[in-house]
Amino acid sequence: MKDDVKAGEGIVRGGESLQAHRHRVLESTRTTGHYAGLRYCELRERDPIHYNKLFSRLRAGVVDARETAKKIAASPIVEQEGELCFTLYNAAGDCVLTSTGIIIHVGTMGAAIKYMIENGWEENPGVEPGDIFCNNDCLTGNVHPCDIHTIVPIFWDGKLIGWVGGVTHVIDTGAVGPGSMTTGQVQRFGDGYQITCRKIGENDQLYRDWLHESQRMVRTTRFWMLDERTRIAGCHMIRDLVEELIEEEGIEAYWHFAYEAIEHGRLGLRNRLKAMTIPGKYRQVGFVDVPYDHPDVRVPSDFAEVDSIMHTPSEIEIRGDGSWRLDFEGSSRWGWHTYNAHQVSFTSGIWVMMTQTVIPTELINDGAAYGTEFRLPKGTWMNPDDRRVAFAYAWHFLVSSWTALWRGLSRAYFGRGFLEEVNAGNANTSNWLQGGGFNQYDEIHAVNSFESAAEGVGASAVKDGIDHAAAIWNPEGDMGDMEIWELAEPLIYLGRNVKTNSGGYGKYRGGCGFESLRMVWNAKDWTMFFMGNGHMVSDWGLMGGYPSAAGYRFAAHETDLKARIADGAPLPMGGDTDPDNPELEDRIAATAEVKRDKQAITTEEMFADYDLYLNYLRGGPGFGDPIERDPEAAVADINGGYVLPRFAERVYGVVVREAADGLFAVDKAATDARRAEIRKERLAKARPTREWMQTERERILNKEGAGDHVKQMFASSFRLGPRFHREFMAFWELPESWTLTEDELDRPSYGTHHAMDITELPDVHPVQLVEE
Amino acid sequence: MSYTPKKIEELIDGTIDPDTLHTMLSAPKDQDRFVKYLDILQARVPWDDPILLPYGPHLYCVQKADTKQWVIRCGCGHDFCDQADNWKLHAVINVRDTPEELAELYPELMAPTSTWQVFREYFCPSCATLHDVEAPTPWYPVIKDFEPDIATFYRDWLHRAVPERA
Repeated sequence: MKDDVKAGEGIVRGGESLQAHRHRVLESTRTTGHYAGLRYCELRERDPIHYNKLFSRLRAGVVDARETAKKIAASPIVEQEGELCFTLYNAAGDCVLTSTGIIIHVGTMGAAIKYMIENGWEENPGVEPGDIFCNNDCLTGNVHPCDIHTIVPIFWDGKLIGWVGGVTHVIDTGAVGPGSMTTGQVQRFGDGYQITCRKIGENDQLYRDWLHESQRMVRTTRFWMLDERTRIAGCHMIRDLVEELIEEEGIEAYWHFAYEAIEHGRLGLRNRLKAMTIPGKYRQVGFVDVPYDHPDVRVPSDFAEVDSIMHTPSEIEIRGDGSWRLDFEGSSRWGWHTYNAHQVSFTSGIWVMMTQTVIPTELINDGAAYGTEFRLPKGTWMNPDDRRVAFAYAWHFLVSSWTALWRGLSRAYFGRGFLEEVNAGNANTSNWLQGGGFNQYDEIHAVNSFESAAEGVGASAVKDGIDHAAAIWNPEGDMGDMEIWELAEPLIYLGRNVKTNSGGYGKYRGGCGFESLRMVWNAKDWTMFFMGNGHMVSDWGLMGGYPSAAGYRFAAHETDLKARIADGAPLPMGGDTDPDNPELEDRIAATAEVKRDKQAITTEEMFADYDLYLNYLRGGPGFGDPIERDPEAAVADINGGYVLPRFAERVYGVVVREAADGLFAVDKAATDARRAEIRKERLAKARPTREWMQTERERILNKEGAGDHVKQMFASSFRLGPRFHREFMAFWELPESWTLTEDELDRPSYGTHHAMDITELPDVHPVQLVEE
Repeated sequence: MSYTPKKIEELIDGTIDPDTLHTMLSAPKDQDRFVKYLDILQARVPWDDPILLPYGPHLYCVQKADTKQWVIRCGCGHDFCDQADNWKLHAVINVRDTPEELAELYPELMAPTSTWQVFREYFCPSCATLHDVEAPTPWYPVIKDFEPDIATFYRDWLHRAVPERA
């Protein structure tokens, strides 16, 4: 990137304004097809060792900043789970390098910088050395309000040469209910404290008014303030590193690096796609349930109390030149809940997934974004056209919609023989145990247990998925230590076990999730709620594998556990191993109030000491026909508590006998016979697909066989996705007279016809990064 | 980077040692993998028509030696349809759309709710191999999930002759 533009008195190195600089980068990228017009990367090609030296030093520096900051954090979400990330940007706000961690924020913090650039922050409030900015506004691209960005400009010789951003997931943002990803609100105005790229300090010091205001806007003040210091410390470490590096290597080398690295990233993606995939089209779909027509979902607006389904079909097109396009036409509309997403968080999050497969390198930057075309129709849940939308738990469907992309990519990997890369999908990363009140230290408190950073991993084409291991959004997360969670939450563990039967079946099964049984202890005025999928599983299984199990909830009040503990009587310990034959209820009062059902999303519910809450973390999907599973592996599943014996026989066709030691062993002959029978039973039950299609078509013609929640999903997708509508009509050979609209359904449809976007606010220039 | 055919066989069979598997995941991809992979699979199927592209553990795009038509074929030898068509429309299907049918697979509380989501199991009508499970809402069209551009793949990416197509 040439810096020879001396005209004007902008703050960017070379004299451009921030806006002129960014526009020049965009225009030269558009006209040449190379990032910032870099047909020739002078530093990398002329002196690759120098280039790599700069790369290694900066990359090590941003990772070091993250690790150091992590250790000084107070919040267990940051300290235990590593829910933080630091990223270095060039002057145009494009990511050069990032640390490990929650790297979805490569894009979201970049979007905040671009928002400042495009909306004249250079003139007002001004961008000076030593400034500190804060952003968590979902309408500028943030995932949800609990991800707080600290952004610091980097200057050299009086001119801006880049930015550094740090993000942490904080435990509470003062939303309607306690916790970081709450369910009780249905609009932005209850979604929590939101800050729009605000200057919160200068000369490396925070403003006093900011400190006084922000600390009283959230419930967990101490964590809020210490997390902020964590972010600032990390940003300043990286700023110092860049200054030291320039001192030693020269500004010219650094300036070249800050643009060439992004072109390098763009080319790297293209080469990897050609090396690993197959050109063509890949289609898949994801769903998740939003069951709001239930008495335990208490929201402020009648029109939000409806059941609905979030829907995202996707088409990946990989072209012969290694470029690719991801089109999400047919996605359903945004809704009156907290599961909507901004276009930036949707696309940025996809890179978190891709870094676990297509680009598993240290070179993660905006080059990949420049190498990808995204299409997200306006008005959909991931590109809403209304500024009232809430985002607090955008992950509810982000994870579930991306898991489908694994299936597409895995078909390419399987076809080429890269079986080691195949992944059937990722778990719906829930349940989220959240709530608050007064904790064991007699302080106002909120909790969000990040045990959900460990879920079952999808099966691959060569082995089972890993059990209770990972979440798609934080490749470095884990379930955390029970002892730490007990310090952070007034909730005692009565068990932490593998969640039996939670992994999807297959020749290789999905990893199982786990479950924690928590007893409320030493809490006051306490509430909790559930947040996860229940009526639907959001992954599918691959090439004959089955989806993982769906969710449910278990909670118990008025349990009599106080008396049982005093009497030394048996307590409910361990897991809810077989929900068809529940045992937890046998060890609490017969009169206890038990919530055991499929309502896996609720709003704040009162809990008292000795009440129970089961935190069930989901499993991953399976791969391949289950009756091809190695019988010994199926028996190991039974003996290890990963599958119940009756399902092993029914699904895997494995016949077992129990030995004297209580362990099961395979009956080989009976297993062979059972599997042969299963094949016969399959054919006896199945019928030709086209024959089934005729009966399904009749149901559609008569508008039967689908509830209003299903019809609403289709109606909203038809309206926003004309191609999806055409393909639906053509597939089912429906007459033109067949129509389906939201208006004909006997339920409120607020938001269908009237919406007002942020673009209609005065003097606001949103940054658009996708095709709409 | 290259691996022996034995290692590729072990990969296919799921018996590969963890160290090699880790290397395969972390190192740049071996560009001769496809050819070795295809040779191994071809030797294992009970027919001679050349496999052009594997679609699944027992599902292939195959060139019929006599007519040169590209078809989707089960490992048992059953031909579903032309490669351009959606093989699922030529399979046999079992739809689980009642609570009882879904509870055969999971404990009742861990099964999806049939009014929200159904399972569609697609089998080979000849050998009953389960090739795919879809889990959409009622009414959802059957998804044509894979449309590889085999000609471009062979010609431009593998630098191999594009197999003749009738």
